[in-house]
Amino acid sequence: MRATNYITIEFPSRSANEGFARSAVAAFAVQLDPTLEELGDIKTAVSEAVTNAIVHAYPDTLGKIVIKARIQEGNVLEITVRDWGCGIADVERAREPLFTTGGEERSGMGFTIMESFMDTLRVTSKEGQGTKVTMRRRIAQRAARR
Amino acid sequence: MEVKTKVEDRTLTISLRGDLDHHAARGLMEQTDRLMEQNLPSKTILDLGGLTFMDSSGIAVILRAKRRMEALGGNLVVINIPKQAARVLETAGLARYVKLI
Repeated sequence: MRATNYITIEFPSRSANEGFARSAVAAFAVQLDPTLEELGDIKTAVSEAVTNAIVHAYPDTLGKIVIKARIQEGNVLEITVRDWGCGIADVERAREPLFTTGGEERSGMGFTIMESFMDTLRVTSKEGQGTKVTMRRRIAQRAARR
Repeated sequence: MEVKTKVEDRTLTISLRGDLDHHAARGLMEQTDRLMEQNLPSKTILDLGGLTFMDSSGIAVILRAKRRMEALGGNLVVINIPKQAARVLETAGLARYVKLI
């Protein structure tokens, strides 16, 4: 689908960048005139995807994370979070609620939250090559809300 | 993230301010563990009223605090949950495990 506007952000997998990443995407999404709740959902989904990349893709090293956010026709925001880390052996299993390899620090709810807070979620991954998470959310237009 | 604590009559209150994400969670978990070990509370209140953001890292913090309190024979209550954080906790079905007010 054709994008009417887009941004690309690249950063190393430092946890200090989690806040920047979600705030940057939220600031870009503001032009779609979302409600505070929609903006909160977008920030939460981005935070989950970026945290997954930091914790699971690069467990013992720093690596590159790239976020692309695109505004598509129909007031749709598409966000991709890409890493070139260790990949996910079994994506279906990783998407199950409460599944985690991250120990006591993780809840295993990241993908469940991304799925619930966005309209669509696609995860493609190859072991040793990395993971790409693509999420879409349509923002209701103001006139339609009235 | 800013953490304020108060101990009164074996009740430990931990008030959080700012963003609770994975970056903040590790330090917070260590701090919470330490506070519980030092004060041996019979009840811990986690006050989320000052949170500006919370993702699933907050779920891990709450569940860990609950397990620690159970080990001490006490209980955990989570209060003043902002709307965005409440959505995260609802999605995880946390109300089944922890008292949320």
